[in-house]
Amino acid sequence: MGDDVTVRIILAKLGLDGHDRGLKVVARILRDAGMEVIYLGLRQTTDSIIAAAEQEDADAIGLSMHNAGHMTLAPKMVEAVRAAQLDIPVVVGGIVPDDDLQPLLDAGVAAVLGPGSPAEDVARTVRDVVSANR
Amino acid sequence: MSRRDLSPAALFELAVGGERRSLGRLLTLVERGGPDADTITELSYRAGGAGHVVGITGAPGAGKSTLVGQLVRTIAEAGKRPAVLAVDPSSPLSGGAILGDRVRMDDVVADHDAFIRSMATRGHQGGLALAIPGAVRVLDAAGYDPVIIETVGVGQVEVDVAAAADTTVVVVNPGWGDAVQANKAGLLEVADIFVVNKADRPGAGDARRDLELMLDLSHVSGQEDEGFRPEIVLTTATDGTGAAEVVAAIDAHRAHLGTGDRLAARRRAQVREEIRVRLEQLLGHRIDEAVADDPTGDIARATAGDLSPAAAATAALTDLLSGES
Ligand SMILES: Nc1nc2c(ncn2[C@@H]2O[C@H](COP(=O)(O)OP(=O)(O)O)[C@@H](O)[C@H]2O)c(=O)[nH]1
Ligand SMILES: [Mg+2]
Repeated sequence: MGDDVTVRIILAKLGLDGHDRGLKVVARILRDAGMEVIYLGLRQTTDSIIAAAEQEDADAIGLSMHNAGHMTLAPKMVEAVRAAQLDIPVVVGGIVPDDDLQPLLDAGVAAVLGPGSPAEDVARTVRDVVSANR
Repeated sequence: MSRRDLSPAALFELAVGGERRSLGRLLTLVERGGPDADTITELSYRAGGAGHVVGITGAPGAGKSTLVGQLVRTIAEAGKRPAVLAVDPSSPLSGGAILGDRVRMDDVVADHDAFIRSMATRGHQGGLALAIPGAVRVLDAAGYDPVIIETVGVGQVEVDVAAAADTTVVVVNPGWGDAVQANKAGLLEVADIFVVNKADRPGAGDARRDLELMLDLSHVSGQEDEGFRPEIVLTTATDGTGAAEVVAAIDAHRAHLGTGDRLAARRRAQVREEIRVRLEQLLGHRIDEAVADDPTGDIARATAGDLSPAAAATAALTDLLSGES
């Protein structure tokens, strides 16, 4: 029974920026919440994420963003998911200014998680967007 | 249209036609077990079975995923379509898992026609012993060959994989005792090929000697396949050194299996093992039912202290085997 609701989520960082410490923290939070995290790590492209999402039959894609790229990269990811007819939610985590929040949601991002979101919020948000999509 | 709404048969047709997201979906269903998984296994059982199944096993951190990435590249560049099933343990506490093998593979396989699937061991006992061969068969039916299974070389999972693979590669590292550990873990018996990875570090030659020595010793005690001595290959997976030699060793073992009745015998053993696991599951369900329902009343007598547990079990077994209860 439990297996029927096992959430499989891809975690990746788009683009060339920085480190993956934050992404690893999120991976552990989601694992501890009973999810299967397919960890792609740094320097991913929309293509590599789509390929992984298809092969892994992922229920969601989690993107970590720590530079200003989120306003272009996150909508590009949403667009790529649609183009691939994958129909799965994209969640963005990282530093996103308040003013950008609504535009991201308008662009089709399912949820935005700020830095230092409590573990329960992170897990619940992912669970919610996945079950809303199922 | 979402692939979630399609029947297993429709998904199967799309996957065999080359659609990756349908293949991805099929693997999810196979992994879950149950009637859909059985339907898919049935379909792929009829469709495939010709491909080579390679197991790669060894301790965590030995460099298996990095090596698999290099093998995939080498194999794909030779014009084949490899698939990978990367199995990692689930957390016993939460049931979740971090599946990180793709990190080590994506770089080299991005440009090739390869299919990589990560799989968590999940809790279900015996489930993996069906899910792994089931997933292998689907990948095989979809035209991927070889199918490479990566697993951590400890415990039951290891044995399950050896049962599902035609060729098993055991990966060790240089350093005192790694080969000896592998021996203790029973990996020597399942190895068709040894890889000493991280040969850029000191001690690779010593590790090779340790393995040669242990093979000399184990040879007398009679391995399953007399006359075949596992090859030992040194690799540096991070830069690809030795990957071509590993692929050549895998091909050589495959050719060896092709002589006489060997491959057919392995496949027969695999089928027997799968039937054994399925029987165990079927009986397990009936045992659970019998204990819950207590059709003969012996369990109630035993819990009341009027009958020993052993006698109650014997009575329940007799009832179980006596027909459709
Ligand atoms: N020095 C060295 N490091 C390696 C080699 N192969 C893998 N590694 C490193 O070993 C670590 C574990 O590798 P990974 O492929 O994830 O191991 P796995 O757990 O067996 O799958 C990584 O940091 C790799 O970069 C090698 O040939 N030489
Ligand atoms: Mg690995």
